[in-house]
Amino acid sequence: MQIAEFIFYLIATMILVFSMLAVTTKNIFHAAIYLLFSLINVAALYFYLNFEFIAAVQIVVYVGGIVVLILFSLFLTHKVDLDLPAMSWHRTLLTFLLCLMGFAFTFSLVIMNQFESTDHLPVDLSVAYIGRQMLNYGDGGFVLPFEVVSVLLLAALIGSIAVALKTKKNA
Amino acid sequence: MPDISLSQILIVSFGLFFIGVYGFLTRRNMITMLMAVELMLNAVNINFVAFNKYLFPHKGDGLFFTIFIIVIAAAEAAVAISIIINLYRKFKSIDSDVADTLRG
Repeated sequence: MQIAEFIFYLIATMILVFSMLAVTTKNIFHAAIYLLFSLINVAALYFYLNFEFIAAVQIVVYVGGIVVLILFSLFLTHKVDLDLPAMSWHRTLLTFLLCLMGFAFTFSLVIMNQFESTDHLPVDLSVAYIGRQMLNYGDGGFVLPFEVVSVLLLAALIGSIAVALKTKKNA
Repeated sequence: MPDISLSQILIVSFGLFFIGVYGFLTRRNMITMLMAVELMLNAVNINFVAFNKYLFPHKGDGLFFTIFIIVIAAAEAAVAISIIINLYRKFKSIDSDVADTLRG
């Protein structure tokens, strides 16, 4: 087995195992830590595919932002060693079978499909290229979604502050 | 990347997606449901990056959509957590079964 192949299988196994632990473990803090490891391994997969910028964004936003936010909200809303209540076994089994069926369906689709390989020369996805395309209003530019997403982010941040603000009534 | 085919990466991302679906449907705690949603969004991101890498290497569309999805996921997490904290103040619990004031 080639070393590159081995690294891919290692990353893939870590992603799947840690995410499975994150959704099945009883302790909610352990779940958050497993989620952290799963997201770091997804970033490793981006590094493996040579998408360094996406990997950096993944680490900064997910690992540094969202997981820390989740941990803070856990500390605000939970007693430390509180275990999650288990679901009824028949509902768990039903969900498991449903997910297994969905996975088997998509798995068979992927296995049977022949992806056409391209002979295009790969474009250099450097940070300079990304920044130029992001603000490019010409053909293939992304300035409109960039602006829309920036307004959305501002609205979401102000909205979340407004929602979480303590009012006099329920203070 | 000649050793790894597109199908193998897609299988990893589909596995991650259905693990997220499983977590979303079996958990009742809202924060763990939010974690499951993050897993699903990550699976989608892996899909975009893999398709960009293998099928459209002459364009960067998958990369840009991945960036936008990450931004929207961050906004979604912030709003969701503020709603969860507000709900906790009202009900002293973040189980999705507790918030049933709309039930007739």
